[in-house]
Amino acid sequence: MTYAIQAEGLVKRYGATTALDGVDLTAETGRVLGVLGPNGAGKTTAVRVLATLTRPDAGRATVGGFDVVRQAHQARSLIGLTGQSAGVDEALTGTENLIMIGRLLGLSRPAARARAAELLAGFDLTEAADRAAKTYSGGMRRRLDLAAGLVGRPRVLFLDEPTTGLDPRSRTGLWEVVRGLRRDGVTVLLTTQYLEEADQLADDLVLFDHGRIIARGAPDELKAATGGQVLEVRPVDGDRLDLVVKVLREVLGAVPETANGLVTAVLSDPAAVPAIVRRLDDLGVVAAELTLRRSSLDEVFLALTGHRAEPEAAA
Amino acid sequence: MSAAARTVPPPAALRQTLTLAWRNLVQIKHNPMELVDLSVQPIMFLLLFTYVFGGAISGSTGDYLQFALPGLIAQNMLFATLTTAVGLNVDIHKGVFDRLRSLPIARSAPLAGRIVADTLKQAWAFALFLGLGLVLGFRIETGAAGVLGALALLLVCALTLSWTSVLIGLKAADVEKVQLFAFSVMLPLTFTSNAFVPGETMPGWLRRWVEINPVSHLSDALRGLLTGGPVAGPAVTSLLWAAGVAALCAPLSVRAFRNRA
Repeated sequence: MTYAIQAEGLVKRYGATTALDGVDLTAETGRVLGVLGPNGAGKTTAVRVLATLTRPDAGRATVGGFDVVRQAHQARSLIGLTGQSAGVDEALTGTENLIMIGRLLGLSRPAARARAAELLAGFDLTEAADRAAKTYSGGMRRRLDLAAGLVGRPRVLFLDEPTTGLDPRSRTGLWEVVRGLRRDGVTVLLTTQYLEEADQLADDLVLFDHGRIIARGAPDELKAATGGQVLEVRPVDGDRLDLVVKVLREVLGAVPETANGLVTAVLSDPAAVPAIVRRLDDLGVVAAELTLRRSSLDEVFLALTGHRAEPEAAA
Repeated sequence: MSAAARTVPPPAALRQTLTLAWRNLVQIKHNPMELVDLSVQPIMFLLLFTYVFGGAISGSTGDYLQFALPGLIAQNMLFATLTTAVGLNVDIHKGVFDRLRSLPIARSAPLAGRIVADTLKQAWAFALFLGLGLVLGFRIETGAAGVLGALALLLVCALTLSWTSVLIGLKAADVEKVQLFAFSVMLPLTFTSNAFVPGETMPGWLRRWVEINPVSHLSDALRGLLTGGPVAGPAVTSLLWAAGVAALCAPLSVRAFRNRA
């Protein structure tokens, strides 16, 4: 097993704020490491340190075997950076942005032009290639940003919240790109506030909270770790929510959560489900939706930290 | 990888600097308005000062133009150095600066590329002032060497003062703060000099400041180079001032640059 990214004991302070408080993490070559956590958890700082933009106050890290502080130049030749931490020049066209990066990476003028055209085609931007990036939609701009990170064919790609603020269609489009890169053997470190995104893309996950890693493992392992399944019931008649809550509380002995007409309760024993269904039936409550699923990462996060990972508006 | 590959060799660093200078200039091609933005202030100031104040200050617009054009050139140069601050500040906030820093390129290239481009813009503004000035009746009384000397002095001062601009660009919370600096520091600085009006009519305390003000010395040096008169004294004083400001701002900029990292 080889590690494309290795970090030990990373500490970064900004004045009185400790952004990273002793972070150890590893990303296996050719896999997608998801870094999950709420805003301000230290995800972006971790990316900045690993992408050689920020010097850690303590600890060390290597990317592709090169120390990010002492061998920063070599590390930079392996990485691509996109998302929150990097931008495109909005006054330049899509083509010019990519040619500029190609030229900076030492490509000849024709080679830089060819690489730009290839990437623009791959990201469905050919039609917009000669328009200034400031005229692009949010989704187009993110795609250009990702293309800019790929000009040098990086072996390690940092995607810092690549889909924050994107519409669902653009988001799934980007997910496909990440899957494609993984197939090509690129190691990807992806930070996200979206549990679904981490669940969809990551082979391995680390959960950040207050500058520390509070859990790590495969998404399934983490979900299994909270030990439970989740029962969701949505009554057809919204007025009967209280009745559903009452039934679940009586059978499970815990207070379920209610949001948007959906009652959610953590279940340790699946055998309780038939009892709940019978009680609801006896009371004449018709369920529009009755689902049993493994706990989501959000619930894992809640169980581990006592607060949710996703911002209110994001889900 | 060998130790030699650890740093960027000078030819590559130069090419990267030129690529980034190209990046700052190619925008003009798409957005010719930028050239207008670049030119509108010089043209406006030149016309306003010549025709509005000219008669009152010097008795005739022609005489005034002869006196004020070098001062206008000096003032415009100071304001134009702030384009470096604005551009840098925008790059930082849009993430372009960090993208560039994540590439295996010379650390100096992003700043150097911007400064090269801004220096070319300074040369353009100088040419514009001189060209329009000649149309309006300005007479060069020295010759080609004087004009080239004036341009050289102007660009050296602009390059040295870029350090101030870099510091402001790194430190300012946003572009509006850069503009606030232009109006609250640059405007009074240039007006309390002999750039537009000879100091003789001003009250004594102000006259003493006008004689110290580096903008006065630079204006005098440019006057000497374009219309004749003493050059060495004011030119040396201007350069010493510029060097002093750079000596103060360069280390602060480097520190601000490091602290961002």
